[in-house]
Amino acid sequence: MTTTASTASSAEVADLPLLLESPGRRMWRRFLKNPVGVTSSIVIVLFFTVALVMGICSMLGIYFPYNPNTTELTQKLLPPSAAHWLGTDNLGRDVLSRLLNGSYISLTVGFVAVAVSLFIGVTVGAISGYFGGWIDNIIMRVVDAILCFPSFFLILTAVALLGPNIMNIIVVIGLVSWTGTARLVRAEFLTLRETEYVRAAKALGIRTPGIIFRHILPNAAAPIIVTAVVGIPDAILTEAGLSFLGFGVQPPQATWGNIISDGKTYLLDAWWLIVFPGMAIFIAALAFYLAGDALRQAAESRSERK
Amino acid sequence: MLNFIIRRLAISVVLAFLISLISFFIITLTPGSPYPWGELNPKITPQVKEAFKKKFHLDRPLIEQYWLNMRDLFNGNLKSIKDDRPVLQKIGERLPATISLNVLAAVISLSFGLALGVYAAKHAGKTPDLLTSILAFIFIAMPGFWISYLIVIGLVRFTDVPILGTQSYGVIFTNSASLWLDRFWHIALPAVVLSIGGIAVQSRFIRASMIETLREDYIRTARAKGLEPDTVFFKHALRNSIRPLITGIGGLLPGLIGGSVIIETIFAYPGLGRLGYEAVLERDYPTLVAINFIVAALILLGNLISDVLYAVVDPRVRLE
Repeated sequence: MTTTASTASSAEVADLPLLLESPGRRMWRRFLKNPVGVTSSIVIVLFFTVALVMGICSMLGIYFPYNPNTTELTQKLLPPSAAHWLGTDNLGRDVLSRLLNGSYISLTVGFVAVAVSLFIGVTVGAISGYFGGWIDNIIMRVVDAILCFPSFFLILTAVALLGPNIMNIIVVIGLVSWTGTARLVRAEFLTLRETEYVRAAKALGIRTPGIIFRHILPNAAAPIIVTAVVGIPDAILTEAGLSFLGFGVQPPQATWGNIISDGKTYLLDAWWLIVFPGMAIFIAALAFYLAGDALRQAAESRSERK
Repeated sequence: MLNFIIRRLAISVVLAFLISLISFFIITLTPGSPYPWGELNPKITPQVKEAFKKKFHLDRPLIEQYWLNMRDLFNGNLKSIKDDRPVLQKIGERLPATISLNVLAAVISLSFGLALGVYAAKHAGKTPDLLTSILAFIFIAMPGFWISYLIVIGLVRFTDVPILGTQSYGVIFTNSASLWLDRFWHIALPAVVLSIGGIAVQSRFIRASMIETLREDYIRTARAKGLEPDTVFFKHALRNSIRPLITGIGGLLPGLIGGSVIIETIFAYPGLGRLGYEAVLERDYPTLVAINFIVAALILLGNLISDVLYAVVDPRVRLE
């Protein structure tokens, strides 16, 4: 008897904080209930850890399992074996070492390029949506114009002319891909600036930056986070495409894209030069897309009860 | 309706101007020499350099360069640095191949995307829905060049399907049927690879649109008056959900043309994307300006057409 009574009351108590739960908390709780979201987050954390460890190791000059840039011409184009798990390339370099070493390039490009594009997109979108009028009109026409360009070709052109290195790649991807975020943030601001709490804040005499950053932006956070997460694989795929065309981070530094690019000459003899690096790009990108989708579902207010 | 079209046209003209500014300044403002020779080449005298600068208006201020560039582009006098041929002519040669490739890819994306999206919406919230949504993300996450090579490896090992170019080299076809079949085989593979991402994106759009339509009052009415669930789904809901497809066509274009840079390079397909890649390799500034401008203008035109079509189908849009 007492046990049922206590469970009933504890259920009531457990329900209570749910009603007062912050939107961020609720989004997080729902995200953790989604198996696809959790699995893909684990994959992302794995990739992130490997990239971090590899980045630190290569700075310290420690390589695992081999030095990714040591050429061993007697060992060239070997299929996967116990000594070289993923085989060797045309210069006898170990593919697994190169893949691991290349992982931090891909993830760095993904995260930093998204940070750049978020910064521009949020700023521009906030200005456009908050002030409206002719400012909004001009900004949105520029956004429309940029959206007409095939973004990959624009990025390729700019990176090739600037000179392909990691800084330029990150900056160019960021500079070209902020338009989606800007549109989204603008739309959020257009609705949120009419809400009662924003009007109240205005009536209280709070300055514009305070309203934008403390009152509106936090309420637009969920869709911004989702676009950021989905932007990361976009940037990773773009970098891989650039590397593949020879305008990514330059050799001898390994990237996932340029391993495939180097391997394409030996396409029919050495499938492992194509299959494994592509698999790395694919799995990393897929994990981010699925995690982003799970976050989007968690942020939707409707889907709480089916 | 006429009002709507005129307003749309006016906006498009402004956008075309912005596009021309962006495509010109991105290319001219990037540091690096526009000369097709090395800085230290002893054979290049200052006179040659001067003549080159004069020919491509590089001695003028930037604004004037922009004006001259655009004037020459529209006159057809803008010449490639690489081979001195008019840029428009070079682009014109490649345009039919690119358009046929992209149209085919768009058709594949839309039809398969529609089928997949409708299937997912029919089973919304159940396992088939989850599986198709994961499949869509798998399609988006696969790098195009990787999947191309996987397909090429497979095809070369197990079949003798032709792969590179637009038609088999050195083969004389006795009748036009086999010629067209050969051409079809050459275009099919790049088109399929190019459409993979589009299928995924379209299926997501269709699914979302279907689910939104199914919540409408008239669907509830149709169900309430006792119609077969399938009739309601395929006749009432589907018809009202495919409108976003029209805008989808406009949204598909930039991705297709951007993606075709890589795909055309892999399959040695003589389209605009490959011309662009060659121009990037040669730092051929006039060609790059022209390609970026023309492709963006084509996409603008595509968007304009799809906007107008949308307004024809859905009168509510005209008032916005």
